[in-house]
Amino acid sequence: MTSVLYDAQGPRAKRRNVLYTVVFLLAAAGLGWWVFTSLDDKGQLDWEKWKPFFGGTEAWSTYIWPGVQNTLKAAALAMLISLPLGAVLGIARLSDHAWVRIPVAVVVEFFRAIPVLVLMIFGLALFSQYTNVSSDDRPLYAVVTGLVLYNASVLAEIVRAGILALPKGQGEAALAIGLRKNQVMRFILLPQAVTAMLPAIVSQLVVIVKDTALGGAVLTFPELLASVSPMSSYYGANTIASFTIVAVIYIAINFALTTFAGWLEKRLRRGKKSTGAVLPPAAVGAAESTGAAA
Amino acid sequence: MFDFLDRYDLLGAFWTTVQLTVLSAIGSLIWGTVLAAMRVGPVPVMRGFGTAYVNIVRNIPLTVIILFTSLGLNQTLGVSLGATDFKVINFRLAVLGLILYTAAFVCEALRAGINTVPVGQAEAARALGLSFGQVLRLVVLPQAFRSVVGPLTNVLIALTKNTTVAAAIGVTEAALLMKEMIENEAQLLLISAVIAFGFVCLTLPTGLILGWVGKKVAVKR
Repeated sequence: MTSVLYDAQGPRAKRRNVLYTVVFLLAAAGLGWWVFTSLDDKGQLDWEKWKPFFGGTEAWSTYIWPGVQNTLKAAALAMLISLPLGAVLGIARLSDHAWVRIPVAVVVEFFRAIPVLVLMIFGLALFSQYTNVSSDDRPLYAVVTGLVLYNASVLAEIVRAGILALPKGQGEAALAIGLRKNQVMRFILLPQAVTAMLPAIVSQLVVIVKDTALGGAVLTFPELLASVSPMSSYYGANTIASFTIVAVIYIAINFALTTFAGWLEKRLRRGKKSTGAVLPPAAVGAAESTGAAA
Repeated sequence: MFDFLDRYDLLGAFWTTVQLTVLSAIGSLIWGTVLAAMRVGPVPVMRGFGTAYVNIVRNIPLTVIILFTSLGLNQTLGVSLGATDFKVINFRLAVLGLILYTAAFVCEALRAGINTVPVGQAEAARALGLSFGQVLRLVVLPQAFRSVVGPLTNVLIALTKNTTVAAAIGVTEAALLMKEMIENEAQLLLISAVIAFGFVCLTLPTGLILGWVGKKVAVKR
């Protein structure tokens, strides 16, 4: 697609491109040099600071692995709860009855309009004031509550888009052979819609994984990001090294999920027997929350 | 019932939210456009850089980036962005973090917009002898921008909500004020309702107005 904008390059354009490349590389090198020297000045590049991660397993087993576990635990719980909830909300939003459709639409739009962090803070206060959840568990509960409220409404929109993307004839044919409305939904529409939505659902997981970090930064939930500060104080202010390692782990997890979603989409498109569409991950705008989130 | 609100600078907090949003939106629009231009441009090194930037930044949680600007850039490397006051520094760092993060999404939206411009237009422009820069500036980007108002609106709404992450480095915007109010007052539902109402007031009109603008300016094909 990019080649649309420019022709195969002649000698002058080639020379110009070489010039641009050199200028760009020089600028990048300048920035890189500045980063390198300022890191070096503060001693952040010393082997001492990086040794905990590459010279032994203690940092991994004490700080990073438990953090990763908590991150994945919160993300998995949030996904497992918000999927069925989102499916119910999405279907309810398509109801024939206005008294179901309208309140559900209000709820879904409301929770989509509010930042996940606000929902998490609300959840934390809710559990401490009105329930007897132990104070150790509260951050996890709060993080999952915030993620569920937000992502159930985003998933509801994905489910709705998935069902609407099916050809009308699917539902009509099912009604014509005498199935009831709820049978049509259960046996005909939902299964096809779920297949169509899979890539979008997998990419929503990326948003959830990223949003768990809010719990670490603001709610004292001991997830991956939260492991940075104890780590860098224990290993002698290796802030940059700790952040780098943690960021690389997030990138690895999320990049794997993104790639998987892309692969799934291609495969579903290729091997599809039904007439329904496959929703690309970007089909639902809200999906880029702090995920373009929260 | 609403008495306690007088003790808190609610409007001030939401004003900070708005400032964070507007400044980051302008910054990320500029940086995102530059990135998109790099990604569709003829120079392989720049294309590679653009692709790598977007793929890396999109997969890091915004919270990590914002926290890094404070703990890494400021406290470790001494970057202060020309400010001396602690509060101003953190505000500017938050804007920097939001720009770096949001630009990746702006870039992707714009690139999708560039794809909607028919190939023939760019070919015609090239046939007239316009250079890559001219094709992009005069023919492709104006149409691309008009067709991505919708997706960019989603990015802007997400950005508005993402400004709450600045609470992680102590910028007194709406979410941090909410946390403080909840700690001091026994009015959980009321406080949450007020804050939620504030965000609905910010995001709902943005979506409606820009949705209307988007329909109005879209190039009909």
